[in-house]
Amino acid sequence: MNSTMPPTVSQPMVSIRNVRKKFGDLEVLKNVSIEVPKSQVFGFIGPSGAGKSTIVRTVNALEGIDGGEIWVGGVSVHGPSTDLNRLRANIGFVSQSFNLYPHLKVLENVALAPIKVKRQPPSQAREYAASILKTLGLEDKMDAFPTRLSGGQQQRVAIARALAMEPRLMIFDEPTSALDPELIKEVLDAIRGLLATGITMLLVTHEMNFAREICDSIVFMAEGEILETGAPEQFFSHPQTQRARDFLSAILNR
Amino acid sequence: MNWSVITQNLPLFFTGVRMTLTISFLALLVSIPIGVIAGLFRVSRFRLLRVVSAVYVEFFRGVPLLVLLIWIFFVLGRFLRLGPYWSAILGLGVFSGAFVAEIVRSGIQSVPRGQMEAARASGMTYLQAMTYVILPQAVRKVLPPMASQFIILVKDSSLVSVISIVDLSMVAKNLVATTFRSVEIWTFVAVLYFCITYGLSQLIAFCERKFHMDH
Repeated sequence: MNSTMPPTVSQPMVSIRNVRKKFGDLEVLKNVSIEVPKSQVFGFIGPSGAGKSTIVRTVNALEGIDGGEIWVGGVSVHGPSTDLNRLRANIGFVSQSFNLYPHLKVLENVALAPIKVKRQPPSQAREYAASILKTLGLEDKMDAFPTRLSGGQQQRVAIARALAMEPRLMIFDEPTSALDPELIKEVLDAIRGLLATGITMLLVTHEMNFAREICDSIVFMAEGEILETGAPEQFFSHPQTQRARDFLSAILNR
Repeated sequence: MNWSVITQNLPLFFTGVRMTLTISFLALLVSIPIGVIAGLFRVSRFRLLRVVSAVYVEFFRGVPLLVLLIWIFFVLGRFLRLGPYWSAILGLGVFSGAFVAEIVRSGIQSVPRGQMEAARASGMTYLQAMTYVILPQAVRKVLPPMASQFIILVKDSSLVSVISIVDLSMVAKNLVATTFRSVEIWTFVAVLYFCITYGLSQLIAFCERKFHMDH
């Protein structure tokens, strides 16, 4: 992606323009547009069925789109001649269901893509994988198989696996939704730890306090539309729409 | 009962066993690549490949092996100058391959969808994801049904005697015709087949333990 990146500093990392998507007759994305500047953290919140997962999954083309365009680092994601594998190698993706490779040990889970996709020498890839696992507090789990790990540990391995590719952008799609409550914090801590690296992040989450703490902007979606975008303080203290006020009061007054 | 008919003809039985083993083994070598490729075609995103595979599987699964062997020997074999030996191997191989294809397909489809998604999201091509993520998991799941399929292949090979291959069951038929000791001979032949198939299932059980996943 480096070579295709124009030298302008102001260019956004992610640019979503008038994106539409349908599942059958259901319009899941209705004319969605967002600009995410480099090194910013955007939190996507809203009720289920709002299209938050769908929109972030269109950014690395795990989902197709029916209209509009998406640019990541100067590359048109859904363009006809885009090298999707090359693009995805620069985008880390962490889903709610971890999806670690059960037949590979933790270290090999993390080193696989760097070896096969980036063609790094295996010893070098494993060394780097081990260093990432160490910073995430998993140095004693490197030789374990994923199924021996707790959900929180598995999700941290999934984060390590994404980071091993040295991505320019990280997408977290409800990273803590499948976790027991007491395991959520360790995963949030791992994500919080990335802030210092200045990596751009898209985060779909139901953890409102966490979103408020780490996000530069909150995108509030409902029924396939963006209803509000703004700084966390502004959004959480003074939501502009009735829909957002209803959502927040339902979530925060549990 | 008079078992001397067995002891006196041991070398004959062993040539039969050798033929049964050779034909089964070579048919196995034919059926595995055909089955794996047809299985991969079956889950391909290209419609043409899916159709080709479906036609192959449905056809060879639907025709009786006896009919298939005779047809290959008399029609295709004559046309391609195959002879009974290679007709038998080809017939058994493509017949068994149809079942292997279905086993491979179900193995691939038993791997959760998220595995392919995670692999593709990391930048792997479809083939890389298949090779390093999906197939290694599928192999472990298909070993037990594969074992059954290979045992069936060995037993089905007894049908090749209809195209004049002198395998174990042909040896038995010929001996019965000249000695009339059918009880002793067919009992012994049944035991020999069992020894072959039991050996095969032990071999695959060993592979299963070797591939065993730590979960």
